[in-house]
Amino acid sequence: MVKINCRRVDGVTVVDVVGRITLGDGSTLLRDTIRGLIAAGDKQILVNLGEVGYIDSSGLGELVSAFTAVRAEGGDLKLLHLTRKVHDLLQITKLYTVFDIHDDEAQAISSYEVRHAH
Amino acid sequence: MLTPTHRAVVLESRVENVDRAETAAEEFAAAAGFDEPERHRIAMAVREITVNAITHGNRCEAGKKVTIDFSVSPQELVIQIRDQGEGFDASGLPDPLAPDNLLRQSGRGIFLARAFMDDVQLLSNANGTEVRMSKHRPGNV
Repeated sequence: MVKINCRRVDGVTVVDVVGRITLGDGSTLLRDTIRGLIAAGDKQILVNLGEVGYIDSSGLGELVSAFTAVRAEGGDLKLLHLTRKVHDLLQITKLYTVFDIHDDEAQAISSYEVRHAH
Repeated sequence: MLTPTHRAVVLESRVENVDRAETAAEEFAAAAGFDEPERHRIAMAVREITVNAITHGNRCEAGKKVTIDFSVSPQELVIQIRDQGEGFDASGLPDPLAPDNLLRQSGRGIFLARAFMDDVQLLSNANGTEVRMSKHRPGNV
């Protein structure tokens, strides 16, 4: 079971995910959430995975798909607060090199502003 | 209490049954003495291969089963997962770490199983695919 809540912080949409992102409900809810944000014009997205202890290959695929979809619309999708297991998973799959990953929410938010300023 | 040395789980080809495979792997690995991080890796390997067996192998067809055999010896844990699909060319699997494949949405299941287990062997023919995975028990590296 997964729960997703979205909040706006200084022009960035923070997507707080709680639970497992796995084949089925978890992956589907994440996909629908990101697509909904893109459709609404919210393209600066920070996915908070601090309460996600488990992601399977389907969930990884959804994160990658979300990343490419947001980038294709001219936005950016970054990750926040990786748990140890998710961190290890991203390292094993080299996705650590794809995503911009942050441990501090304020710094993560400001990283979007720096990008805009340039 | 004696550690069980064998367990078989037979699943209908429905995606929701993947959780049952994962739970069975967790329980069997715990009984075999693996710690929590290793149980997590073993259970995830079983989850990934079972997803493949149900969705790619059996194509979620009603009537086709996925069989999971767990066994343990003093040296190692062995898990065999069989589907009743049409088989596939295991030599043609793309490398998910290749730069051109990093942003692919799928194709990481077998890779993750190989990362989490000590050995993974695939045997695939027209009668189905069998994946045999093993992991040394604690103290038997």
